Amino acid sequence: MSELVPEPRQKPVVPMKPVGINTSLLGYIGIDTIIEQMRKKTMKTGFDFNIMVVGQSGLGKSTLVNTLFKSQVSRKSSGWNREEKIPKTVEIKAIGHVIEEGGVKMKLTVIDTPGFGDQINNENCWEPIEKYINEQYEKFLKEEVNIARKKRIPDTRVHCCLYFISPTGHSLRPLDLEFMKHLSKVVNIIPVIAKADTMTLEEKTEFKQRVRKELEVNGIEFYPQKEFDEDLEDKTENDKIRQESMPFAVVGSDKEYQVNGKRVLGRKTPWGIIEVENLNHCEFALLRDFVIRTHLQDLKEVTHNIHYETYRAKRLNDNGGLPPMTVETEGFLEAWILEGGGVGHAVVLFLSLGDMARRDFGRKKKKKKNKKKKK
Amino acid sequence: MSMLDGCKTTGKFPAGGCYDLFLRAPHTMAENQDHEKQYVGFATLPNQVHRKSVKKGFDFTLMVAGESGLGKSTLVNSLFLTDLYKDRKLLNAEERINQTVEIIKHTVDIEEKGVKLKLTIVDTPGFGDAVNNTECWKPITDYIDQQFEQYFRDESGLNRKNIQDNRVHCCLYFISPFGHGLRPVDVEFMKALHEKVNIVPLIAKADCLIPSEIRKLKERIREEIDKFGIKVYQFPECDSDEDEEFKQQDRELKESAPFAVIGSNTVVEAKGQRVRGRLYPWGIVEVENQAHCDFVKLRNMLIRTHMHDLKDVTCDVHYENYRAQCIQQMTSKLTQDNRIESPIPILPLPTPDTETEKLIKMKDEELRRMQEMLQKMQQQMQDQ
Repeated sequence: MSELVPEPRQKPVVPMKPVGINTSLLGYIGIDTIIEQMRKKTMKTGFDFNIMVVGQSGLGKSTLVNTLFKSQVSRKSSGWNREEKIPKTVEIKAIGHVIEEGGVKMKLTVIDTPGFGDQINNENCWEPIEKYINEQYEKFLKEEVNIARKKRIPDTRVHCCLYFISPTGHSLRPLDLEFMKHLSKVVNIIPVIAKADTMTLEEKTEFKQRVRKELEVNGIEFYPQKEFDEDLEDKTENDKIRQESMPFAVVGSDKEYQVNGKRVLGRKTPWGIIEVENLNHCEFALLRDFVIRTHLQDLKEVTHNIHYETYRAKRLNDNGGLPPMTVETEGFLEAWILEGGGVGHAVVLFLSLGDMARRDFGRKKKKKKNKKKKK
Repeated sequence: MSMLDGCKTTGKFPAGGCYDLFLRAPHTMAENQDHEKQYVGFATLPNQVHRKSVKKGFDFTLMVAGESGLGKSTLVNSLFLTDLYKDRKLLNAEERINQTVEIIKHTVDIEEKGVKLKLTIVDTPGFGDAVNNTECWKPITDYIDQQFEQYFRDESGLNRKNIQDNRVHCCLYFISPFGHGLRPVDVEFMKALHEKVNIVPLIAKADCLIPSEIRKLKERIREEIDKFGIKVYQFPECDSDEDEEFKQQDRELKESAPFAVIGSNTVVEAKGQRVRGRLYPWGIVEVENQAHCDFVKLRNMLIRTHMHDLKDVTCDVHYENYRAQCIQQMTSKLTQDNRIESPIPILPLPTPDTETEKLIKMKDEELRRMQEMLQKMQQQMQDQ
């Protein structure tokens, strides 16, 4: 009798990324149905997307957003005063809409910034915008740190910022550079050349080249940022977009005309009809596909995993490596100790307070002790 | 008349026959003489002026102002069919951060059908480009004032034969078509300059607007110009004895202001013809097609019909305003300083060196002597 002792197989080292291990299954298990399950879940919950538009007044921001989402979602269409008086300081106006397509619900918020770059003195006009973006991060952070936090934290963070460049045909303006330098580290910026029907093909190519070069020379990383390309596939795809198509030269319109028997969105001029979705005329279709059809989820992920984390790390560092104290946490801590909760636990919790809160808490504790003694 | 009278009284000529002829002929001769005596001949004056001006040549100074990238250089090249900006180097955004507004002059001599024009274009690169544009129009107003001052000095000086007129006759102000009307910078600029120079506002790069948008924008701009009290150049009323066609053209001109213009110096093929225009994937914009833009109206107004009026208004209104202000300032200073009153207001010269001072003293002495002589002569005449 020869027993076939199977050779002790080497225990496979579990890799960090299960790449390239293709174990053939002996039957159909159904792992791939997870995609369908995810899809069903997403359809039920819907998702939110926050897009900000920045640029001088009159560059067609509201029209473009309406064209992108094929609905009247901009500030101008929501019953705001169409008189368009230029405000004296930059205002931030957020309008939310729920749009539905193919059973999928999207809560879209368009954040408009009227007054940007319109004054005679535009110094630091990006500050209100930076402040708003950071406020949204702060809101999210506070919710995250909360002890009883909601199942789904409402996400008001800005996922994407479309920056409108004026089609001068020369180069970027100093204001454009300043804005993008300050904000490319905080939010995903997608530069867009507005009202591109004012340039011929040669002028467009030259202008785009010049803008790309200027952005590179000044170290401005617009979305999709080179450093966040995850794998080779992403890199090649994004490289092509970065070096050839961006910044997208777009034309927006919410009016339809008849061209060759089809109804198309466009602009009717005495010398021809400009078709918005015709790739020979402008790059609107590329922008739309980029933002909505291919990179929407990626925009949200980069915002959450990178920009938000950067903000969070900065805040924690400022706070001594610990999360910010909220009123609820403080109250909870007090209650815990007074009810005789384990001191050890209390210490752990205590250490998770910020410096300031610690000081205050110490004071309060002393007061309570004194009160007890007096009694 | 006296000859005939002489005939009647002396009765020298026989009646009838040749006398009849004579009686008849002097009738027309008398008419001729009458005519000759009434006809002085100064109706030919405009022709004489014309001939002299053509010999002398004309000069015209045009200023262009507006944000960079609005097509100013292209439009100037299109208007005068020249290429004034061949060697221009465009700055990039970083270089422009620290740039201030400059004033650059280009002069070109153009000749057409024997008429010479010395055209000066005053360019204002850097206007409205910075992040902080407070008072960015100051270099421009200073330049205009300097030209007025220069002319004032020349006019008050001793040698007035060859005064060079460098005053700015017209300022084309380019309004961006991307806005919803006038921007704060536009309003401030025009308010600072409307009493120093003729402002002609233009809507630049009008090929990015469809006709309804152009109409709305023009209305909006006209409203805002009224609202802010900006005095742009007004086309003069045409005389009542002009023909209907001219009056119609004049009306159209006034209704199209501000002109929506497109510039191009490249020639493209359209419908088998070669025209100046811009080639787009969706069509060709023809610069000289009145249905496409107001370029033709602007060119006609600026060069063919109103060039002289622009110069006149500059001389009669803007320059006179400047001069009046200047003299007022000076006389108030003079009374303060208690200086000798001279009949001709002389501007205080900047810092003359000793040689010039000596020269000035000599000239002053000459003047005084001449004045004394004049007074003596007047006295003599009165005594006579």
